[in-house]
Amino acid sequence: MLKRSNKEILSRLTELGSDIYRQLERGEFPKVRIPSRTTSNIVFDEKLEQFVLGEQKASRSASNIKQVRSLTQLLWVASFAKRLVGEGKSSTLRDLYYHSLNYGIKFREQLESDDTVTDLEALLTEPREAFNIFPKERSAIFGDLTIEYTTPETHKGKRVNLASNPDGVMVGLSVAQADLLSCNADKVFVIEKNAVFRRFIEERVHEKFNSLLIDTAGQAPRLARLLIRRLNVELGLPVYLLTDADPWGMHIAMVIIRGSANAAHLRELTTPAAKWTGLWATDIRRFSLPSFALTKLDEQRIRLLEQDMRYRDFQWQSELQEFKKTGRRSELESFSAHGLTAIVDKYLPKKLKMLSEMG
Amino acid sequence: MSREKFQAISPADFFYRNKEIAGFDNPVRATYTIIRELVENALDACEQYSIPPDIRVKLIQQGSSIYKIKVEDNGIGVPYDAIPYAFAQILFGSKYTLRQSRGIFGLGGKMAILYGQITSHSTVKVTSSTGGYEKYSYELSINVQENKPMVRRKEVTPNPGRWRGTIIEFSFEGDYVRAKPKLVEYFRQSSILMPYANILFIDPDGVLYRFDRVADTMPKPAEEVKPHPKGVDLEAVQRMINATRSSTMADFLANNFHRVGVATAMKFLKDIRISPDANPKMLGSAELLRLVNKMKDYDDFQPPDAQCLSPVGTELLKKGIAREFRPEFTAVCQRGASAYGGYPFIIEAAIVYGGGIPVSSPDELLVFRFANKIPLLYDLHSDVTMKVIRKINWRQYKLDIATLPLAFFVHICATKVPYKTVGKEYIADQPEVEYEIEWALKTCARELRAFLTKKEKVAVAQRRLTVFERYLPLIAQFSMDLAGVGDGAGGGASGAKVEKILKRLETHAQEVEQRNIIEAN
Repeated sequence: MLKRSNKEILSRLTELGSDIYRQLERGEFPKVRIPSRTTSNIVFDEKLEQFVLGEQKASRSASNIKQVRSLTQLLWVASFAKRLVGEGKSSTLRDLYYHSLNYGIKFREQLESDDTVTDLEALLTEPREAFNIFPKERSAIFGDLTIEYTTPETHKGKRVNLASNPDGVMVGLSVAQADLLSCNADKVFVIEKNAVFRRFIEERVHEKFNSLLIDTAGQAPRLARLLIRRLNVELGLPVYLLTDADPWGMHIAMVIIRGSANAAHLRELTTPAAKWTGLWATDIRRFSLPSFALTKLDEQRIRLLEQDMRYRDFQWQSELQEFKKTGRRSELESFSAHGLTAIVDKYLPKKLKMLSEMG
Repeated sequence: MSREKFQAISPADFFYRNKEIAGFDNPVRATYTIIRELVENALDACEQYSIPPDIRVKLIQQGSSIYKIKVEDNGIGVPYDAIPYAFAQILFGSKYTLRQSRGIFGLGGKMAILYGQITSHSTVKVTSSTGGYEKYSYELSINVQENKPMVRRKEVTPNPGRWRGTIIEFSFEGDYVRAKPKLVEYFRQSSILMPYANILFIDPDGVLYRFDRVADTMPKPAEEVKPHPKGVDLEAVQRMINATRSSTMADFLANNFHRVGVATAMKFLKDIRISPDANPKMLGSAELLRLVNKMKDYDDFQPPDAQCLSPVGTELLKKGIAREFRPEFTAVCQRGASAYGGYPFIIEAAIVYGGGIPVSSPDELLVFRFANKIPLLYDLHSDVTMKVIRKINWRQYKLDIATLPLAFFVHICATKVPYKTVGKEYIADQPEVEYEIEWALKTCARELRAFLTKKEKVAVAQRRLTVFERYLPLIAQFSMDLAGVGDGAGGGASGAKVEKILKRLETHAQEVEQRNIIEAN
């Protein structure tokens, strides 16, 4: 994704408009067919190792009283996107929702406008970032990577080294779309939470392990996932994912590796080669980590993940079984019990070695 | 047993002593009853001769609780000689026959006069003419003990205008202020079943209530019929035997009973093993009793027919309801004639929706009951109509009777209305009557449901059209923005094009909806 130029995006939006307009000219009730996003139409693609949408299509027709409104909404979102891309501006989902209020387009709530944006993504098979609609950014990157901005116009051609800011650099559209000029690191650590990300910077993990550090701040936003993929695919860097030892943490890793059902209509956001480094459920015993009992919600989540196609590999399944067996969970910060640097000095080397042995 | 203990009492005396049973228990009730009885007599005097009624009622306050009532009609009039008896002798009247009329014996009017005489110590003035060259005025009072009219004054005057009708006026002790709500309601509801009548009421405050004729036709008047064998008792049969000239039982039955011919009489007599040739006057009392009982039980008599009834008819009922309520929809139903205990009756019903009909509170449904065109204003909850309304599963008809603006009308026409009490305010739950009311209301409900379903479909179609009208221009605008055609502001050639497209689409949408509406019908 994002390899398509703005020009391509614009032409696809124009094509959508022309299609509708032609139907109108013929005196027909215009309609479009978009890939259905119902769960029954989400299938796991073995080759892509991610969820994709099946063959089912949903129609948005002006002749159907129940669809005429959502067709109108879809077309408005499309025209809004066209304006954003054409004028080189960007917007957020929330912003888009407020904009809609000016156009007599009634979205009952933001959920509905978010959903319409997803419809447009599915129709164009382009993520919303392609038409300059972004979620709130919260992920950050740090390390010896020099990039050259391609957007916006004001920064085009400017270069920056991502180790220059000790807080890390926010992964927004400009960073995610920048050209990756030169990189001295040979791996990427992706960390679930900011506290550990900071600890890693302070402990010079980027130097000791010659790595880039990315903070996803929970479930990785799409731009973060896009950047992780680009680092892996374009620069050939191995990616190691560090999360809490609980079903939620392991799923953060899983979404980076194999994608989410929510984004089944999108391609090229996943990094199948990324490795979940820890914390594994088995690490709790392996490293004698302080732990807590799993909550009811955790247990429900584990049962759900057990059924999930993405989790059918032996290693993932055995980690889930371990959670069920021990009934314990643990957090990345729990290494502090073994001293401030334990996670860096003891854990990381050992886990990297384990992973390389496992191949 | 000593004969002296039994004292014959005149009918007038009897009613005087039992005035509460006829609705004269207090001044409020008496005010209502008097006006009602006089108005009903006036209406009967017109309707039974197919004269479109023109009734004027005037109530004047004479003292703190003394009122003068004056009722004028354009009815058939009372013959000169008959006036004293018609107005001042209890149980004399034209109604001692079997046909539908408001009162049975013309009793109420005379009770009213009697009550007036007792409470105000005054006479009654009657002026009448049958439309000849003379009219007659009487001033009468009733001799209570002897049940005899006393003529105080009489006068014959020329009638150059060939006026026909009757005017009656007298004074009584009453209470109009408290009787007013019911009285006004009585006039209002009476007018509903009589869209062919002009009714005018001037109350003591000088307020005029006026219900103008809106229909040119009248219901066919009721015809007199012989009694049906199932509707007579021992006393009645005894009297008929005393009066008959028939010398055989077969003849007697065939000549005196409704729907009984010689063949039916022969078959019946054979079944109950009484000789067709027997002389009725020679029948022993045990035989006579058996005869009457068998007549009640016998199933092969033809049911009484309805020629003795005068239902309002669906069209007139609709007109009357429309005049009063201007409703959105009226479902009316007239059932075929049925009978209970030898008395024929016909049920007419209506369910009325919307317009002037208010949404009633759930436990106070708007129910209008009529018996022989008289509105029944009391004891709704004891009435069979209410029982039926509670029994019907309205959800089956998609009618939420608690929230819809509905009114129910039930009219029973009968030679003998099955009142539950002497007060004549509510109908007893005779199974046959109940059945007929139930089906009349259900028929109306079905019709109303069809109307509401159609209305809902039309409303849905309208809403859909509104939605299309709202979104299609936006779709056109956005697609043009996207396609980069036109300036999007609707100006110039492309704007005109959009207009054209929209028109075509809207026409199309309208056609689609029209089709839906037609399908709905």
